[in-house]
Amino acid sequence: MTSLENVGLSELEIDALTELVNLGVSRAALNLREMISQEVVLSVPSVSLIGRLRAVEILGEAEPRELVAVHQVFEGDIIGRALLIFPERKSLELVRAVTSSDLPLEDIIDLEQEALAETGNIILNGCLATIANQLQRTLKISLPEILRGDSKALFSLPPPPDKGDVVLFVYINFSVRTRDIQGYIAMLMDMPSLVALQHLLQEYIRRATGEPVPNSDA
Amino acid sequence: MKILIVDDSKLARMAVAKALSVIHPEWERIEAANADEALAQVDSANPDIAVFDFNMPGRDGLALAAEVRMLKPEMQVAIISANHQQEVIDRAHAIGAVFLSKPLTEQALREFLSSAETKLKASQ
Repeated sequence: MTSLENVGLSELEIDALTELVNLGVSRAALNLREMISQEVVLSVPSVSLIGRLRAVEILGEAEPRELVAVHQVFEGDIIGRALLIFPERKSLELVRAVTSSDLPLEDIIDLEQEALAETGNIILNGCLATIANQLQRTLKISLPEILRGDSKALFSLPPPPDKGDVVLFVYINFSVRTRDIQGYIAMLMDMPSLVALQHLLQEYIRRATGEPVPNSDA
Repeated sequence: MKILIVDDSKLARMAVAKALSVIHPEWERIEAANADEALAQVDSANPDIAVFDFNMPGRDGLALAAEVRMLKPEMQVAIISANHQQEVIDRAHAIGAVFLSKPLTEQALREFLSSAETKLKASQ
């Protein structure tokens, strides 16, 4: 399921990107399952590619309160930043889900930063590494960092954003141990990176289907 | 043989079609993008073998396989997913489906199709 707002990419390219995100999230679920020895359900109800300001707007409307994000920078043929975003009120629930549920609240609060960073690292790395592998490229991924703020703050990290910046915006459902938590994965990149991504997607489609890719309607 | 490929991703269906065109170019291929379309195809086209994506909007591949099993118990079904958590694999096996990892390799598809064909022949 994809949004009709997708900027710059053809329908099949967005399909390929959605498929890659699904592969990545599935791989992340598998890695989380190994960490906590419980089934982890991670699903992706929607993927869209939108302008940065539109992303600020959509996230701000959906989650008007404080957000918490795990942030990692990726560098390679494509340069950008990846964010795993949850409403702040859900972050303790996420920590409870991935740690043992019977921990006392004080311990949960102590563990919050670390557990969020670790969970975010697994999910974001699972996605980025899978996408990079499938596109046959290498991405250097920074260590996770926890950020707090509203949608505008999260999408305006320094260096200053560029007018053409786009966000691959992924809505995710995360369930484990009967807890159900909704969040977002956002990958922010600039226009040259989007162009590089489009070329890599075209190569990927060619490899996957064995057919030449028609010119993009971008 | 007639094979039904169900995946919400057109690209994923094209990838299965590509592998199939190498292994069994003579087979008839039908496609569906979701569980409802797939059930309609099962009803109208009566396929022998089916490959279902696990992760689809609406009913997932396992739910679809369970429904198909009731309608057409002899149909050979594979669930395909990148999510190879043991619980998912166990659920696939419990409803008599084969589990295949995504991205799908030609070799894995070949093995599934060969075993499905053997089972279908034995049941005739």
